[in-house]
Amino acid sequence: MQLFDELKTLGQKHVKADKQAQQNVPSGVWLACPKCKQSVYHKDLGIYSTCPNCSYGFRISSRQRVDWLTDSFTEMGQDLQTADPLDFPDYAKKIDKAQQATDLNDSVLTGVAKIGEQEFLLGVMDPKFIMGSMGTVTGEKITRLFEYATKHNKAVVLFTASGGARMQEGIYSLMQMAKVSQAVREHSKAGLFYLSVITDPTTGGVTASFAMQGDIILSEPHALIGFAGKRVIEQTMHQKIPENLQDADNIMKHGFVDAIVKREEQKDTIAWLLEMNQGKAGE
Amino acid sequence: MALRNESRKGRRVAIVSLFSKKQRTAAEIVAAARDEQKISGQELLDEIFPDFMEMHGDRLNDDDPSIVGGLAHFAGRPVTVLVIDKGTSAKDRIAKHFGSPAPAAYRKSLRLVKQAEKFSRPVLAFVNTAGAYPAASAEEQGQGEAIAHNLLEIADVKVPFLTVIYGEGGSGGALALACGDEIWMSENSMYSVLSPEGFASILWKDASKSDEAAEVMQLTPEALDKAGVIEGIIPEPNTHKRFCKNIIQVLRPELEKLEKLSSDELVAQRKARFRKF
Ligand SMILES: [Zn+2]
Repeated sequence: MQLFDELKTLGQKHVKADKQAQQNVPSGVWLACPKCKQSVYHKDLGIYSTCPNCSYGFRISSRQRVDWLTDSFTEMGQDLQTADPLDFPDYAKKIDKAQQATDLNDSVLTGVAKIGEQEFLLGVMDPKFIMGSMGTVTGEKITRLFEYATKHNKAVVLFTASGGARMQEGIYSLMQMAKVSQAVREHSKAGLFYLSVITDPTTGGVTASFAMQGDIILSEPHALIGFAGKRVIEQTMHQKIPENLQDADNIMKHGFVDAIVKREEQKDTIAWLLEMNQGKAGE
Repeated sequence: MALRNESRKGRRVAIVSLFSKKQRTAAEIVAAARDEQKISGQELLDEIFPDFMEMHGDRLNDDDPSIVGGLAHFAGRPVTVLVIDKGTSAKDRIAKHFGSPAPAAYRKSLRLVKQAEKFSRPVLAFVNTAGAYPAASAEEQGQGEAIAHNLLEIADVKVPFLTVIYGEGGSGGALALACGDEIWMSENSMYSVLSPEGFASILWKDASKSDEAAEVMQLTPEALDKAGVIEGIIPEPNTHKRFCKNIIQVLRPELEKLEKLSSDELVAQRKARFRKF
C-alpha cells in the first residue's frame, strides 16, 4: 500500500494545474469557457475578456490589463535581464521568445500608475511569460516596486498570475520569495497599503508569498488559487480532488480572500480601496 | 545590477570532516539526504536539547506534528526549537505526512517564533522535508497563506534565527523555516526549488533523468555554499552523536555572534542577506 508517494511526485508542485485554461483568448470565433464550459462567441468577451456566462477572466497580457485599468502608467525596471544563474540549456532562447511574445523583459510589468488623481505603484504578472513563473528578474522588479512605494509613501496594487517559482533559475527563484517578503514587510511597517489581486492561475511560490501577503486580497471570478498543483496532489495522495478545490469561490469560503471582483468593476473598486486605505500615505 | 551572486569571502567552517569523502555526484548527495538511516528529529532533540519540552497547537484549531516545536536550553540560554521531522515508526510517519508540514504546522511554528521574540529567545530550526504537504485539505486550510506569513513575519523578528538543513530542503516548505539569519547544511543534505524528479519531469518530460537534473540544479551543500545561499556546511560523520556535536560546535559561536547585534542591526543584516539574490 502506497499512501504517500513523496519522492516521486512531491516536488512537481510548481507545475501549472489546469492545462485547459491555458488557451489564449480568441483564436477561433467560438471558444469554450474553461471554467463553466459554455461556448462563447469571441466578441461577447468584450474589452475585459471575460466569460459572459460565469464572469471568468480569460488570461490576458499585462499590457492589455494596464490599458483598461489605469488612466496613466509609467513603466519601471524594463532594462533588467536575467543572469541565467544555472546556465540552463536553452533558457536564454526561451526568455528571448517570451520577451518577443509579451513585449516584457520578464513575467511582471511594473510601474507608477494613476486612476483619476490617485497615484500608486502597480505590478501585473503576465501568464503568457513562461506561465508567469517567478525568476530572479520577476522578484527583483517586484522588490523594487515595493521599495519605491515605501520610499515615496505610496500604495502597491499587485495582480498575480503564476505557475510558481521558475525552475530554470533553481534555488535563486526560491530566494525571491524571501526577498520580496522582506520588501512587503518594510512597506507594511511604513503604514502603507498593499492590495493583492489574484488572477487565474496563481500557484506555488507566488501563492506562498506575496499573493497572500496583501492587507486586502481580492480575486477574479473562478481564478485558480493554490499552492500544490492538482496533478501533484492526485499523484501523491492517490485521491481525486474536487474540480472546484482551488477555485476562488472555494478559497474565499475557506477564508483566504476578502472579495471576488469582476474585471469591469476593478477600476472603481481599486480606486475606492486606495482611498479607504490611505493611512500614512494621505498625511 | 548584479543578480548573479558574488562568491562569499571567508565564512567557511573551520571544522574538518572526520571522514574525508571522495568527490560525490549530486545524485549521490540526494540519495544520502534521503537515506533511511538519516538522523531523526527526535534524535536531534535528544542529543542537542536534553531538557526540550514540546509545545503543541496553532491556537486556531489544529496541531500538526510534522513540525515539532518547543523550548529548551542551548549552551546555557533558553531557545525556541523547531524541527521538521519525517517520523520513525510507520504510525508516526503517517501522522507527520512523512515530514511534509500541513498549514497548521507552519502556524504553530510562527506562533512559537513570535513567542520567542517576546521573551528574547533565539530560534533554532532544523529542516528535513520534501516539501509542504500536498493534499486537498492543506489547500483548503491555506498552505500558501501559512508559508507566506512565516516569510513575512520572520522577515523582521527581533531575535536570532538559525536554520540547519539536515536532509531534504524542499522548496517553499523548507524556506518557511529557512528565512532567518543563517542557514547551515549538513554534508548529506540538499536544498532546491523542487525535487530533481519533478524538475526532470517538468522540464524534460522524463522523471528518470533525475540524476542529470540534480547536477544542473546546484542543490548540493557545496554548490549552495559557493553561491552564498548558505553560511556553510556541517560535517556529518557516521554516528549521530558526533553529528550532533558538530551542530553544537557550529551553532554556538554563530549564535554568540548574532546576539551581539542590536535587533535593528540583526534585522538589517537579515534583509541584506536575501536582498542580494
Ligand atoms: Zn464561463
